[in-house]
Amino acid sequence: MGHQHVHDENATRKICLSIASPKGLAHYFIANTNRNDQPKSLPNIRMSSSSKGTFISKNIDAVLLDFYEGWTFIVKFFRELFRGRPEFQEIIKQCYQIGYKSLPLISLTGFITGMVFTKQSRPSLMEFGATSWLPSLVSIAIVRALAPLITSLISAGRVGSSIGAELGSMRVTEQIDAMEVSAVNPFKFLVVTRVIATTISIPILSFYCAFVGLMGSFLDVTLNEETNIIAFFKSAFEQITFLDINSALIKALAYGFTIGMVGCYKGYNASNGTQGVGRAANSAVVLSMFLIFIEEVAIVQVTNWFR
Amino acid sequence: MKSNPEIETVSGFEGGNVISIRDLYKSFGDLHVLRGVNLEVEKGQNVVVLGRSGTGKSVLIKIISGLLKPDRGSVKVLGQEVGDLDEKELRELRKRIGFSFQNSALYDSMTVRENLEFPLVRNVSNLSRKEINSSVEEVLESVGLLSAINQSPAELSGGQRKRIGIARTLIMNPEIMLYDEPTAGLDPTTCIEINQLINEVKEKYNTSSILITHDLTCAKMTGDRLAMLLDGKFVQQGTFEEVFSSDDERIKSFYDYNFTENQV
Ligand SMILES: Nc1ncnc2c1ncn2[C@@H]1O[C@H](COP(=O)(O)OP(=O)(O)O)[C@@H](O)[C@H]1O
Ligand SMILES: [Mg+2]
Repeated sequence: MGHQHVHDENATRKICLSIASPKGLAHYFIANTNRNDQPKSLPNIRMSSSSKGTFISKNIDAVLLDFYEGWTFIVKFFRELFRGRPEFQEIIKQCYQIGYKSLPLISLTGFITGMVFTKQSRPSLMEFGATSWLPSLVSIAIVRALAPLITSLISAGRVGSSIGAELGSMRVTEQIDAMEVSAVNPFKFLVVTRVIATTISIPILSFYCAFVGLMGSFLDVTLNEETNIIAFFKSAFEQITFLDINSALIKALAYGFTIGMVGCYKGYNASNGTQGVGRAANSAVVLSMFLIFIEEVAIVQVTNWFR
Repeated sequence: MKSNPEIETVSGFEGGNVISIRDLYKSFGDLHVLRGVNLEVEKGQNVVVLGRSGTGKSVLIKIISGLLKPDRGSVKVLGQEVGDLDEKELRELRKRIGFSFQNSALYDSMTVRENLEFPLVRNVSNLSRKEINSSVEEVLESVGLLSAINQSPAELSGGQRKRIGIARTLIMNPEIMLYDEPTAGLDPTTCIEINQLINEVKEKYNTSSILITHDLTCAKMTGDRLAMLLDGKFVQQGTFEEVFSSDDERIKSFYDYNFTENQV
């Protein structure tokens, strides 16, 4: 591909110019993100690496371009969210797929986590003769941190990849184009419904996971110390504040939104045939896990200001 | 209709044609796919677009339906300039166009019935359950596949998928049909059945159509007029006999290839 090189040089020049002036950058983005026209402009920029200097500047530009495209995708989501008739049936179907079908895995993981965490914490507390603190210690860990994180990481794997693969294969087999030419808005039917479904389901799953985790912990506590379920939950919730519940909810909402959005974004913009489907699924998982960790740190930081 | 081999555009410059394309250019990066395409489709006409694979036939009909944007040139469909339409106007126009995809593009998470209902319930408001069912059954009847109504696309053969794909567009009563390689990948008998179906659709639904193919049997059976896409332009238009009586080597080799190797 000899001629592609010429194209790349032009692109680089444009990019250098554009980085020099922020307004130019905006223009460059706008000129290059018309999906229909230039879906291939990005790989072009990435591929060539004639010299190290342009390679780095191209990579920076590609990252910025990714950000911009992601951002327009999110903006489009909110625009479509409030437009036209909502697809209730599809939302319910997706909630069932995403939420209900995840229950066995979440139950198992939550239960084991609660039980193991209790077992592992007991020796340390025993040294101080403070095993009676076990329920509240475990519940703080589970409600504040573990439940939302476990739920969302599992869902990123299970749900994120399936959304990425499903929309990706719809894209490469032209099913999305088929919706568009039949005068149906595929973004509204596919993306909006799935993002709503993950944003609703993952908080519910996450509270369910906390509950199951506490049950796991309870099992271990009754087997080792004397307690009954009422006493256990009473002491478990002693230390849990409104802020904890709130921040757990906000986290789970953010993670759910992220998983849906990333899966849809990767799938909806898939290309290059069957290979692209696998890549969409894979990168949906990686990117959403990465974003979940970043959000976790940010939300914990903000929550701690309120404590 | 007379045509001169050297003239790229024939027939109907006076307007009133359902599709009218002038001087259309489209490239992807450095790949110049369409370079000055002119095409007119009269009402009630079946125009067959011939060309080797990779010449931009699919790109052409994607531009007509607004899936891709042209770089330059005018594309008028039912009197409207496609590039100038806003989202809502484009949606209205698309309700009048049927698009049959090369690989049928059936929604594989839905049954045949749901596939057909999908565009209908979203584009026509306030339909009763009974009206929906009767429309679905009617179009399935016209493609001869009423028995497949509760099957899922994965259970259907290639020819059946094609029929369902066509039925899904017919349910909106389109004025224009765009067929992308309707017979590709099918056995000869099924090919002929699909060709007959295309002719029946034209009669029954009064459609004008563009039909992409590299299968000359299909072109001969269904085309009122043929147009040969070569190197980004239509080099030859006319009836089957007119096109293939051409002295152009490329057209000759296309003909020979098709009738000796019997399509790819
Ligand atoms: N969205 C796209 N981005 C980049 N290149 C494309 C795109 N669509 C088609 N092409 C290229 O345009 C050329 C013509 O494609 P197409 O119209 O599908 O050919 P055909 O005549 O076989 O239908 C091919 O080389 C193809 O790679
Ligand atoms: Mg094609």
